[in-house]
Amino acid sequence: MATTTVIPATPAPKLNYLNNGHTLKSWLLTTDHKRIALLYLVSVTAMFMLGGFFAMLIRLELLTPQGDLMQADTYNKVFTMHGMIMVFFFLVPVVPAVLGNFLVPLMVGAKDLAFPRINLLSWYLYVAGGLLFLHCMLNGGVDTGWTFYTPYSTVGSNTNVIEAGLAIFLAGFSSIFTGLNFIVTVHRMRAPGLTWGRLPLFIWSNYATALVMILGTPVLAITIVLVAVERSFHLGIFDPNLGGDPLLFQHLFWFYSHPAVYIMILPSMGVISEVIACFTRKRVFGYKFVALSSVAIAVFGFLVWAHHMFVAGISLYAALVFSFLSFSVGVPSAVKVFNWTATLYKGSITYATPMLYAFGFIGLFTIGGLTGLMLATIGINVHVTDTYFVIAHFHYIMVGGALMGYLGGLHFWWPKITGRMYPEAWAKLSAMFVFFGFNLTFFPQFILGYLGMPRRYWQYPPEFQVLNVLSTAGASVLAVGYLLPMIYLLWSLRYGPIAGDNPWGAAGLEWKTTSPPPTFNFDETPVVTWEAYNYDEIPEPKELEAPVAR
Amino acid sequence: MHDSRATTSAGSTPVGSTHGSTQVMTADHEAHNPALLHHFADAQQQKNAASLGMWLFLVTEIMFFGGMFCAYLIYRLAHFNAFAAGSQQLNIWMGGVNTAVLIVSSVTVVLAVKAAEAGKRKLLTGYLVVTVLLGMTFLVIKGFEYAEKFEKHHVPGPTFNFTEKFDDNGKQIPVNPKEAELFFSLYFAMTGMHALHMIIGCGLFSTLAVLAWKGHYTTNYFTPIENAGLYWHLVDIIWIYLFPLLYLISRHT
Repeated sequence: MATTTVIPATPAPKLNYLNNGHTLKSWLLTTDHKRIALLYLVSVTAMFMLGGFFAMLIRLELLTPQGDLMQADTYNKVFTMHGMIMVFFFLVPVVPAVLGNFLVPLMVGAKDLAFPRINLLSWYLYVAGGLLFLHCMLNGGVDTGWTFYTPYSTVGSNTNVIEAGLAIFLAGFSSIFTGLNFIVTVHRMRAPGLTWGRLPLFIWSNYATALVMILGTPVLAITIVLVAVERSFHLGIFDPNLGGDPLLFQHLFWFYSHPAVYIMILPSMGVISEVIACFTRKRVFGYKFVALSSVAIAVFGFLVWAHHMFVAGISLYAALVFSFLSFSVGVPSAVKVFNWTATLYKGSITYATPMLYAFGFIGLFTIGGLTGLMLATIGINVHVTDTYFVIAHFHYIMVGGALMGYLGGLHFWWPKITGRMYPEAWAKLSAMFVFFGFNLTFFPQFILGYLGMPRRYWQYPPEFQVLNVLSTAGASVLAVGYLLPMIYLLWSLRYGPIAGDNPWGAAGLEWKTTSPPPTFNFDETPVVTWEAYNYDEIPEPKELEAPVAR
Repeated sequence: MHDSRATTSAGSTPVGSTHGSTQVMTADHEAHNPALLHHFADAQQQKNAASLGMWLFLVTEIMFFGGMFCAYLIYRLAHFNAFAAGSQQLNIWMGGVNTAVLIVSSVTVVLAVKAAEAGKRKLLTGYLVVTVLLGMTFLVIKGFEYAEKFEKHHVPGPTFNFTEKFDDNGKQIPVNPKEAELFFSLYFAMTGMHALHMIIGCGLFSTLAVLAWKGHYTTNYFTPIENAGLYWHLVDIIWIYLFPLLYLISRHT
């Protein structure tokens, strides 16, 4: 017996998208949507670190009332860099380009996105934009604020406005191509049987996001081009000295940049729908309403831009109309929040890390949304325009909403992406850091703004110091909450327990293939015969809380 | 769409009516179709995807130009007479000839697509080349027009000089030169962005012509010709809007 026994060799690992080629070329020239998603993950994380670095500089400067860390000019550049990086190079691409890229083809049962090469091109455009922006930054940066308001950006500022504009133009086209790819994929690449009514809500929200991307971003692109040609060739399109109108710039800019808020928040809403369904073991309450509310948000989102301009000199009549329309966006947003809450009712809830982020999202998005309604009220808006109240409001949406959704989604699909589990205890701890750190950072800013502290100043009257110190302290806690996942997620790549194909017992096609998925996603094209979120037909995994370490 | 997957044979359905006689289509041929990318189920799905993608891209182009059309609309209303005066200074003959050139080029694009459908390689190449030549004709004429603007000091900037008046049925109304400069700002921004799209189009069609000559396109696969044609038509249509808005708004005298 002993002579014939063969010592079982380690079985060759199944070929998947990660071990299918190890050269640099196999990554940089890949057309695999999953690899491109990881390329995005790395580059987007790098930009997040950079944007976070500028955020820390802002918070350190505001620790004391005097301008002691930096002077006004530097401070102007620092908050501009923070805003531009976080908006155009982090929040806009993060969920669609990382999670969306990875998941959209998997969730619709396709082998890849419709245009894999354009997908790769879109990453290169992003990188080119990012590098150009870094170059601009190292050459002195920009001080216009992320909004590029004219006439300061066209005739006032002597910083590298054109270069920063070009960088954002490139990132914008990256975003347009991603959106185009998603729409075509959802229309043309769905697996047999996967009707629109069976699509996961993550797909619905990314579809709505893609609509905003392709309709809004070109307008930002032409606006930036006009600013650039106005600076270089002395055209007068936004210059009041030449008969132009700076308000037109604001209209064109916010026509994109308000919907851009929905580019940032909608994909995260999709993540939350997936996570809540999985960890309550229920179909999302009112699936159709949640699905269509994404499209409604995308449509209404295009009709509210001038609420950024109530004090800029638009007519009172226009302001009233835009105020009313801004309230209307609250309706589909509320549909989502109420339906998520209704899904929790009598659900079998597991407090796994993604679910903690989902709870955080619901609470913080609600605060952000309700203060948005306050800001849509013209009377309050005039009082708090350009104060920290506005800063706090949109950080509750962007950081408390979009970023929390991203982190939740990253944890939720981490086992699918890497094939390994993250350490649950550490993840819960850092989710707590993020939640409490976030609130400590930004809640005092509501009060500061209401008391009248204006945004974009490097110093402030001493009576505001206590609240600013609280905010800076919160930012440090928040930083820990963001750094911890980077460490333990990297750790889990090597030491994390093997995840299995469906560790959460989740519904959705992406869980029906192996973890990590093979290069072409499915060995056979799946045929869908079930409705979305059929959790009553899927057994709940036993050890959901603590997968066994191997 | 699930229905396109369900009909796997749809991809081998002849697109052009003349095609059936020249080639015998089999399922085996379908499997070896070199133009079919791996992630599509069949050629029809691939074609539908490419076509939808192109239409969406055209939507983004419309939004892109839309920003400038919006600016035009507002300033035309704000500076009514100055825009009319500026428009009267444009060279209507060059603009008119260019409009005709572009319309003819759209016809040759349609003929190129027809030739591709019919699998006529030489004819296809010929129409593509003619299209490029027409596009270049447009750009050359546009170049002469720009040169004229430089001579008349109608280019916005420090050397801009506008002394002409608005001729309203023989009544000479003076206009604010700054406002006329705004008209020319928009003129150069809009026609310049359009010309850039023409240059891209010429490059695109030259590439297609070379590939067509090499026999890259078959009656089964000529989606790039169709999609590039859509792009060309859109650039034409934008000109069809630019021409009256810039050249014709005050020609009633």
